[in-house]
Amino acid sequence: MSDRIQDRGPLIPRNRAAHPPAYDIDYKTSVPRSPRWSLLSLESGPSEETGPTFGHEILGEWDNNLIMNWTRGKAPAVGERILVHGRVLDENARPVPHTLVEIWQANAGGRYRHKKDTYFAPLDPNFGGCGRTITDENGYYEFLTIRPGAYPWPNRGNDWRPMHIHFSIFGHAFGQRLISQMYFEGDPLIYRCPIAATIKDRGQLDTLVAPLDMAKARPMDFLAYKFDIVLRGRRQTMFENKLEGM
Amino acid sequence: MVQKLDTLIETPSQTAGPYVHIGCMPTYAGNAGAYDLEIGESPIADGAQGEVIEITGEVIDGTGWALRDAMMESWQPDAAGKFPGQAGADPKVSGYCRFAADSETGKFTLRTVKPGAVQARSGAMQAPHISVWVVARGINIGLQTRIYFEDEDNSTDPLLNRIEQQNRVQTLIAKKTAEGKYTFNIVLQGDNETVFLDI
Ligand SMILES: [Fe+2]
Repeated sequence: MSDRIQDRGPLIPRNRAAHPPAYDIDYKTSVPRSPRWSLLSLESGPSEETGPTFGHEILGEWDNNLIMNWTRGKAPAVGERILVHGRVLDENARPVPHTLVEIWQANAGGRYRHKKDTYFAPLDPNFGGCGRTITDENGYYEFLTIRPGAYPWPNRGNDWRPMHIHFSIFGHAFGQRLISQMYFEGDPLIYRCPIAATIKDRGQLDTLVAPLDMAKARPMDFLAYKFDIVLRGRRQTMFENKLEGM
Repeated sequence: MVQKLDTLIETPSQTAGPYVHIGCMPTYAGNAGAYDLEIGESPIADGAQGEVIEITGEVIDGTGWALRDAMMESWQPDAAGKFPGQAGADPKVSGYCRFAADSETGKFTLRTVKPGAVQARSGAMQAPHISVWVVARGINIGLQTRIYFEDEDNSTDPLLNRIEQQNRVQTLIAKKTAEGKYTFNIVLQGDNETVFLDI
């Protein structure tokens, strides 16, 4: 268990307005899969304030390089080479170090390597589509990958997912667990997508759009996109250790 | 105008989608070998102390259909109520598991040890429970819930007692079907909708 000051105190209650509501009629699958009754809100306790931790021993040599990891360095994936990088922070604007970040994505043609994906865009024999890394002491992470293609999906008559990378982040507490998606600056499909549009606050949706970052792009090699992630924080006041009501 | 807060807003959630397994459970997605080591394969190693139990169930939508693409994660303490990393915790208990609805039948199975009771910040003892987080296509933000056990004393648990409609408490309680075997369904919507948590 961590002794860091930011790992004490209860989790800051989730600001639900920052997130999509469970039910959204334009995202049809959410209709039967959204709870109707209210969530039960409680202050966090040990079950939410602790969580699994993962060390570098779980990582393989190629895990954060999606261009090469499926073939273990033998042959590169097809696509536009990009670096995706950023920091994991908490609501108190502090870095979240040593936390696992997992990503998955479609290949350059918009096809996933999954037994249930039947889109006729071809699989790339050199692309698996998943990667993972652990943030450094400053909460920083990097992936090398290819720009995923947009793809059509069955929802309304002609819906397309914008180019996106799925992100899964742990933080240091099970109550911080988050899955989200990163979009790409300038993609006209973002604001036509019913899944992106489940986020009702435009400013919040914009936080999922990674800007082109030429300062990290390597000439004659790859472009770069920056994507920072904010997890729930923990309340830190000098009164946290006082007895209830004191 | 007022001063500017120096806090940040949490990154908004987006659905895990139908292909969450690619990133989280590659073998399930049909991509065995994507990682040398997948995380969360079991919350216990051989030799974990306590009673080994098996919880089976389904994640059911508002029409009564069992999801085939749901993924779950569980987090729990060891049989003595200690979480991994705490002094004296059972080194054979990682406490963390990833499991999925079967893509043909929708059934899931969680094999673990029965957790011990844990004290809440208020000092009250909580009844033994496993925290569960459910994601899937159509779920816009991961759903938190808990598995309690019908053969434990749940009468003074602070969370269960906060549920005004006590007829809903049973949605959080696993039913014992045989020695070491329990069933627990997660109902996303409709009759017997599971109590989901904001915690
Ligand atoms: Fe996707």
